[in-house]
Amino acid sequence: MSRVEFMQGNTACAEGALAAGCGFFAGYPITPSTEVAEHMAAKLPKRKGVFVQMEDEIASIAAVIGASWTGARAMTATSGPGFSLMMENLGYAVMTETPCVVVNIQRGGPSTGQPTLGAQGDMLQCRFGSHGDYSIIALSPSSVQEMFELTAKAFSLSERYRVPAFLMGDEIIGHMRERLTIPDSVEVAARRRLEPGTLPYTAGEDGIPGFPTFGQGYGVHVTGLTHDERGYPAATNPRLHEKLVMRLVHKVESARKEMADYVVTNPGAEQVFISYGAPARSVFQLLHDRPGEEIGHLRLRVVWPFPEFALGEFPDAKTFLVPEMNLGQVAREIQRHTDVPVIPVPRLGGDLHPPAMLAKALEASR
Amino acid sequence: MRHEVRFSGFGGQGIILAAVILGRAAALYDGKHAVQTQVYGPEARGGASMSAVIIDDEPILYPEVTVPDIYVIMSQEGFERYGAKAPAEAVMVIDSDMVEARPACRFVEVKATSEARITLGKVIVANIVMLGAVVATTGVVSDAAIEKAVLDSVPKGTEKLNLAALRKGMELVRVKKP
Amino acid sequence: MSFRDWYRADRLPTIYCAGCGNGTVINCALHAVDTLGWRWEDTIFVSGIGCSSRAPGYIRTDSLHTTHGRALAFATGIKLARPELHVVVFTGDGDLAAIGGNHFIHACRRNVDMTVICMNNWIYGMTGGQGSPTTPRGAITTTTPYGSGEGVFDLSALAVAAGANHVARWTSYHVKELTNAIDAGLRTPGFSLIEVLTQCPTAYGRRNKLREVSDTIEYLKTHAILLQRYNRLVAEGKPVPEDMFTVGEFVRRNRPAMGVPP
Repeated sequence: MSRVEFMQGNTACAEGALAAGCGFFAGYPITPSTEVAEHMAAKLPKRKGVFVQMEDEIASIAAVIGASWTGARAMTATSGPGFSLMMENLGYAVMTETPCVVVNIQRGGPSTGQPTLGAQGDMLQCRFGSHGDYSIIALSPSSVQEMFELTAKAFSLSERYRVPAFLMGDEIIGHMRERLTIPDSVEVAARRRLEPGTLPYTAGEDGIPGFPTFGQGYGVHVTGLTHDERGYPAATNPRLHEKLVMRLVHKVESARKEMADYVVTNPGAEQVFISYGAPARSVFQLLHDRPGEEIGHLRLRVVWPFPEFALGEFPDAKTFLVPEMNLGQVAREIQRHTDVPVIPVPRLGGDLHPPAMLAKALEASR
Repeated sequence: MRHEVRFSGFGGQGIILAAVILGRAAALYDGKHAVQTQVYGPEARGGASMSAVIIDDEPILYPEVTVPDIYVIMSQEGFERYGAKAPAEAVMVIDSDMVEARPACRFVEVKATSEARITLGKVIVANIVMLGAVVATTGVVSDAAIEKAVLDSVPKGTEKLNLAALRKGMELVRVKKP
Repeated sequence: MSFRDWYRADRLPTIYCAGCGNGTVINCALHAVDTLGWRWEDTIFVSGIGCSSRAPGYIRTDSLHTTHGRALAFATGIKLARPELHVVVFTGDGDLAAIGGNHFIHACRRNVDMTVICMNNWIYGMTGGQGSPTTPRGAITTTTPYGSGEGVFDLSALAVAAGANHVARWTSYHVKELTNAIDAGLRTPGFSLIEVLTQCPTAYGRRNKLREVSDTIEYLKTHAILLQRYNRLVAEGKPVPEDMFTVGEFVRRNRPAMGVPP
């Protein structure tokens, strides 16, 4: 029997993690994400999981990565300033191919900015924020139900592809309460084990090596240095470095179709909104209020890797309008993939785009 | 029919909890859709606290409150910041122990704080008295739904007190009605 | 088994300079875990960045070579998630006390069940000899070309104050005592710091009138004063010879600890 709750987005996120088998949470208090940690602190010890409040966000993501190497499904949650602090170790997780889930309940930045109000200003930071070239996975929920579902899905993708998966939420969805249906069980992909006799960083055809869990006699060396298939440092070998980085990028980018998760409304439309996260709610309202008009809507549930082929779902598109609670971070990505004019509809300040604002953008683009 | 209910008072009165309970009643026990939100400031106590619930028969798309049609006001500062501009068609339930001003719209006065303190013996349940009053005034959720939502939202051992507070709020309004 | 069996033979020789003290410290540590009968399959070595932190790469166990300063936070995750695993951290003075200083005091405070071996050579060796939080006043480094003017952290005193259950200091000269101290650390539930003063002839010695490897060894031998002797001198009101540093076990206690196997 599934159960129905009236729950806050951040709590739903924690419930999604628990349903996905998350057994380890390390975090540091920060508005507006703290409820995720508080719920995990209350629930994890009762299911033989581990919750630990670390001394900062750098330590939090470090502890999560350490725990992941023991085989635990591990997560942290934060917001802008803490997210910035995590960047170096997130690159370490990418380089060492450590599954982990990072929740970012985005707030207004730069700096301390607007701790209690929503934003989407970290979408490029999550994609590019650590040094070097790499690819990651990012999901954006538009409802409390999706805070649950996409958190669970983030675990699945992270475990499957051995790459950090980001739940890029925002304060609006994180702090609102809505009806949430919690299913009896959630299916989560398991980490593929390293076959005995295989080198720890020899990848399969999908570019993903099997996972040598610590404490099982693999005797694996894990390093953030450029490493060979044995896991040994090989930081001065140019071609080996190139091959490694290309594999890390390719294993994610080549799975774009497999990972893609988006919703198409009115594919025949000439004017198409593209949204993710909270602003999708304003687009929903606009489309609802104008039933006679054919207005398109592409809603991305997975933002990174970017599913550029989804733009082709609107063959008659003459304009892509992109409402974001930033100055056009994903609009910039869309521009790279299409000749159709892309019009960013930025909204800063912490509140959602009013539907009237989207209507105005729509009129102006005609 | 979309209803937008705005609660305001000062931090510590249980403004957010009242909104959560109302949303819960609608979403879980009346088969409606509800979204509950709040304004967060740095203060945990004092200041002007605001929370809101949108209740609709249809799924709620845009989740922010636009023009509230129901106000629940529990402090003078809350009135000034979040209630003074209530449109003429709205209805406001006022804790008359705490709010001096009166709005231009229709309003119902409820002595929630003194009823909670004197009759019920716990000032902390004033928000539940107000919740009973708003349900009796507007019928925005059913009596059965709000009772269930109160019972599963309040701390264990306080169910009786909170139910009494809810019914007291309903009674205060219904007695006044002709 | 012998300590030699813990090495990852296909990675030798190490990157360490001739005369470096790190190899001695690793030998002592591996001798201690081997003598204690720990299984390599159940033992995890963790490190940050720097010369000292390359040590786990030469050991056959599962090992995590992490980011600069953060080894203790990674190790905390491992130990809390799987308390039945043994966790040993190799670190250096820069890694532990500068960039990792906050993680250091909090790992001591939590008293997480792990053994931390800090190779304190008063210098950043891997980056070519910059001053660290333990560089002595007046010492010449590439970032203190006119002599260091900063104060010095006493790593052992810091660990004692921050709550570690076991803290000891020895040197690369005192191999027997060091091995015994590591053994005590491995056995003590909770956080253990073994600070090892060790020579870096390449980056420190040659700039500070300790050009020969044996110069620093001689210094460590002649300037170490046993804690008990130091305490006796102080108690008797006798003068303690100048420029001496204490060695020995500073604390061994049984405060509540985290990550102790059930």
